[in-house]
Amino acid sequence: MNRIDATFARLARRNEKALVGFVTAGDPDVGRSLPVVTAMCTAGLDLLELGVPFSDPTADGPVIQRSSARALAAGVGLVQVLDMIAVLRRKTQIPMVVFSYYNPILAYGAAAFHRDARTAGADGLLVVDLPPEESAELTGRWPDNDLCLIRLTSPTTPPERMRRIASSASGFLYHVSQLGVTGGGGLRPEEIARQLHELRAVTRLPICVGFGISSPAQAAAVARIADGVVVGSAFERLIEEHLDRPDLPEILAGRVAELKRATLRPAPVGGS
Amino acid sequence: MNSPQAAVAGADLRVPDAAGHFGPYGGRYVAETLMPAILELEEAYHRIAADPQFQQELSRLLRDFAGRPTPLFAAERLTRHIGGAAIYLKREDLAHTGAHKINNTVGQALLARWMGKRKLIAETGAGQHGVATAAAAALFGMQCRIFMGEEDIRRQAPNVQRMQLLGAAVVPVASGNGTLKDAMNEAMRYWVEAVSDTFYVIGSVAGPHPYPMMVRDFQQIIGIETRRQMLALAGRLPDALIACVGGGSNAMGLFHPFIADPVELIGVEAAGSGIGTGRHAAALCAGSVGVLHGSKSYVLQDADGQIREAHSISAGLDYPGVGPEHALLKENRRARYVAVTDDEALHAFQALCRLEGIIPALESAHALAWAMQAAKQRPRQDLLVVNLSGRGDKDLGIAVPRLQELGQDRKEDRPT
Repeated sequence: MNRIDATFARLARRNEKALVGFVTAGDPDVGRSLPVVTAMCTAGLDLLELGVPFSDPTADGPVIQRSSARALAAGVGLVQVLDMIAVLRRKTQIPMVVFSYYNPILAYGAAAFHRDARTAGADGLLVVDLPPEESAELTGRWPDNDLCLIRLTSPTTPPERMRRIASSASGFLYHVSQLGVTGGGGLRPEEIARQLHELRAVTRLPICVGFGISSPAQAAAVARIADGVVVGSAFERLIEEHLDRPDLPEILAGRVAELKRATLRPAPVGGS
Repeated sequence: MNSPQAAVAGADLRVPDAAGHFGPYGGRYVAETLMPAILELEEAYHRIAADPQFQQELSRLLRDFAGRPTPLFAAERLTRHIGGAAIYLKREDLAHTGAHKINNTVGQALLARWMGKRKLIAETGAGQHGVATAAAAALFGMQCRIFMGEEDIRRQAPNVQRMQLLGAAVVPVASGNGTLKDAMNEAMRYWVEAVSDTFYVIGSVAGPHPYPMMVRDFQQIIGIETRRQMLALAGRLPDALIACVGGGSNAMGLFHPFIADPVELIGVEAAGSGIGTGRHAAALCAGSVGVLHGSKSYVLQDADGQIREAHSISAGLDYPGVGPEHALLKENRRARYVAVTDDEALHAFQALCRLEGIIPALESAHALAWAMQAAKQRPRQDLLVVNLSGRGDKDLGIAVPRLQELGQDRKEDRPT
């Protein structure tokens, strides 16, 4: 069983929700990024999304844009990200998803990526700018289904399109909670609950919700209605604010533990 | 040299396909949030563009607002000066707002109105597309927001003032080099948030489907007129069409109506400081296949798939990608792509000022520079059409000091 499926099955048995953490791999460099990510996994993340730095992150807000720029300046590309996954895999069995724009994957090669990502110990891939319409050129070159292709849905996705997306997804669905780029504010749990209701009608895959979740209260609110809570920009902001601190891993681990605790004690919908 | 006729026989002219692919290029590589908007736009475009009333309204606006048709001008002094093939200029510089960009923005803004959208956004490099979008927005009483890189704001200041006068908000973009690529990134980010009521007016034959097709369709008026005008002037089709290529909209607009004819098509990219220096914007001549801004085409990139910064004296050509249909025309060899340096473009810029009394845009000066070199090698009976895609008033701040430097260099080179 794929580590992603196993994790959601285990969490469901315990009636827990997944805390999914996004971090730009190699921010600010591989040497400092590895201890940060390791500490986050140990502190209670259920699933790790490692972002591949990209020169033109059109779906990201300023915080992740800057994290991507720092990693690029340190020479981090897809090769280094896969190396990081291999190192992490020797220490942890947490599911790891490569989170990327399409061009770095295209440049690496679809078949080569599948082989090297599996060898390194990755469990899934999420490509921000590769809708189902274009993804056959990628997955058509994959020899098996060992690597989950995580798909996105958004508040603009009509029901018939939800069905189409869900039918070609595996692992889990990543539901974007609001219009806009990453790092926005103004989470609206009632609105999200309505969207998830529509999604549940077309899929039995676990649904994780991301975009706009930064505080424990928001994580708790989303944990009540979704199977997983994705936090990204909030971690990156913390990394950026404490770049030169020797205890950076502990700072991030502390935030992970706090958020995970919040998902265990879900607040009522709309509660403060 | 390729035989255009032979190339056409093997090429599928019915592009793009239903999914927006031009052979292996094009497509829709965008975030899921944008997919419904792009699908809605495609459906609306097919439906509305087929409506005779829409086409009638567009024709009237192109005539009465944009000033079409633009002339096809026989550049006789330039031709005599070179002493080779005859050079004709398609005078898009005479279109309203000073460039071919107005053809597309009037088309897209009218489409937006038919779709019930009241807010326009656009990216701009040289500012020509921004000005043309702002003008169309004012014409229709729409809100308008233009994203422009900080470097381009600096080097194309007159166009910033024009956009503001026309009522548009100009949003400075600081990321990257502060040029066209960064402006487009920021426009896409804004669009993801505002997608429910905002129409994104893309300025080139780039971006996700249906933009490369739609912008081509709105720009092909350039080629349709050129064809008719050349037949009237010379009684036959031209031998070659020459146009600059950044994203490639003026070139595609000129080329497309001739795609099945025995006419050479030559796209001129910006070689910047020279292809060998790495400081250039020649995606087709020196790039490789990748995905940028929603479609697959040639891009400037490194081995990791990171997009490289482009370099050109011309803000409108300073872009590391190119429209997907140009990638297909390169692959099936229907068109040929060449590159011209900053200095060569500047010399052509000056030559046209002195010989014909026309100040061309630095973008168009690239096409002109290649045509002037080619005309020398070709017989006098050959007819070359250069797309003079825009006027150069916006470029004086860049061109005049650079020409003085070049003049200085040449004096120093002169033996005493």
